[in-house]
Amino acid sequence: MDRTGLNQIGDYAWRIDPAGEMRAPAIIFADEALIDDMDDKVREQIVNVTTLPGIVGPAYAMPDAHWGYGFPIGGVAAFAPEEGGVISAGGVGFDISCGVRLLATGLSRADIEAVKLNFAHELSRAIPAGVGSKGRIVLDDDELDAMLAGGAGWAVRQGWGRAEDLPRIEENGTMRGAVPEFISAKAHKRQRKEMGTLGSGNHYLEVQEVVQIYDVDVARRFGLDAGRIVAMIHCGSRGLGHQIGTEFLRDMAISAPEHGIRLPDRELACAPIESDLGQRYIGAMRAGINCALANRQILTHLVRKAFAGFFAGADLPVVYDVSHNTCKEEEHVIDGRMRRVFVHRKGATRALGPGASQLPEAFVDCGQPVIIGGSMGTSSFVLVGDARSEAMSLGSACHGAGRAMSRHAAAKLWKGRQVQDALASEGIIVKSPSSRGIAEEAPGAYKNVDAVVEVAEKAGLARRVARLKPVICIKG
Amino acid sequence: MSAPSRSGSATAAGGWDLFPHDADIGVRGYGRSEAAAFENAARAMTASMIDPEEVGTRETVRIVCEAPDREMLLVDWLNALVYEMATRSMVFGDFSVSLSDGRLEAEARGEPIDIARHAPSVEVKGATYTELKVTRGNDGVWTAQCIIDV
Repeated sequence: MDRTGLNQIGDYAWRIDPAGEMRAPAIIFADEALIDDMDDKVREQIVNVTTLPGIVGPAYAMPDAHWGYGFPIGGVAAFAPEEGGVISAGGVGFDISCGVRLLATGLSRADIEAVKLNFAHELSRAIPAGVGSKGRIVLDDDELDAMLAGGAGWAVRQGWGRAEDLPRIEENGTMRGAVPEFISAKAHKRQRKEMGTLGSGNHYLEVQEVVQIYDVDVARRFGLDAGRIVAMIHCGSRGLGHQIGTEFLRDMAISAPEHGIRLPDRELACAPIESDLGQRYIGAMRAGINCALANRQILTHLVRKAFAGFFAGADLPVVYDVSHNTCKEEEHVIDGRMRRVFVHRKGATRALGPGASQLPEAFVDCGQPVIIGGSMGTSSFVLVGDARSEAMSLGSACHGAGRAMSRHAAAKLWKGRQVQDALASEGIIVKSPSSRGIAEEAPGAYKNVDAVVEVAEKAGLARRVARLKPVICIKG
Repeated sequence: MSAPSRSGSATAAGGWDLFPHDADIGVRGYGRSEAAAFENAARAMTASMIDPEEVGTRETVRIVCEAPDREMLLVDWLNALVYEMATRSMVFGDFSVSLSDGRLEAEARGEPIDIARHAPSVEVKGATYTELKVTRGNDGVWTAQCIIDV
């Protein structure tokens, strides 16, 4: 990124002061290396976000920010309803509530190594992944509505999980305020056969080993021990979320002039929170969040069954479940006073520090687990929310490595088989229905996730607790 | 399987190509007419997932959309295809589009997706308004493009 107009504030943040149509400053969290590598489009997009009506406080870009659509991926911004603040379908994205869930297993690396090939095969059979894969659960309209209102709570009541899973999920597993009636028949139809599926692209199920602990006490609180095995699920709201995003983006783009909103980029399509369209999107988007929470709950059930078939007694408690494409109504102190705002996090994770009122009891005095999915074959991280992030980034942190190279460029550089063989030589088994998909997700196509989490920690957004290394990757 | 082609006769007169985006993929169609550029943009979207040459064309799906401007009509057209692919579990390899007064009528020809044979690399979530352009160049050639979220 060209540094012209960037004012460095401390070692890990860069501020763009309001100019022209900007209604607020923009702040990018990065060290010198990350800011130099960051795409100029991140700056253009985060500046565009600051021009939207009713923004309060700065717009933020996380250390893993990259070129998205409308918002940069890694973008965070809050809007106040009483100031004409907007809700943006583009600021949430197509994959509503895409997120990461981590399960502890209590198993050792040696337990997995003894059966690794067979177990990888069983997981690839048990977890529907990739384009065209269908779930084994088909819901009728009434069941879909119950799922959209109840989220993971609904899934647990259906028998896909346990009551103790729910406090380990943001919103206790159920996003309140969901209005399933605001979801179209097309979105219903698109989801009917997709419950309990992983999807494709960068979505995956990984079996990982905890290879490094940075904070022994917090790791213990989270149920993480060095040398132990965990399972990570990365996926979202599937076809339903994509269809909600498609339809509301269109409606918001068309109606923006009626609401007196001038869009610098049509992808920033938005509507006033207090408008009919804004309220319909909020109700539908919250139902989309519940779809993602239910989906990860069903996948948890399938993963537990697969583990139980190989490892008697493995019960896989949930460490935590975070979403990184959302807009949530929250209270934050902004410009010295408590405000009720709608916080968009597009490719960014809520990262509540110790003492935050929304935290489940288990994490009140240490902060929430912030789960950072790496790219296929590279490390993932568990961080813990840092109380300083509340004032610095509306309690937000990064969500992953972030791509350094387009899919196009990756597929030109590598072949899927070559990537699979290279990872196999490091003891990592990758299963996927698509060789090209593996090439497009090659580890070299992503930024260095270690650098991203180090900057997140040094900037005060979240602290490292554990590093996880993949052993088996089931890629969609 | 051989590597799928990433452009299809992308000459000035017609064809398609894929262009890079940090996280996703850009699709671009060219044509002597706006309708031909829309057809080729759809071929490019198929190519983002699979080799379009691998797609049989034994089933036909009719698609109609209307939009307030030609850019939005392109997004609607691609999103209609995304919806048909998802709900019918199909992939499409051949397209006929006609356009008049903000209305698109089209036929998409394809076949049920075969995961082993088609080996799709990504699932298209939706077409976006990013890098969205429908333009006619000085040489009379139409270009229709946008980023698709995968």
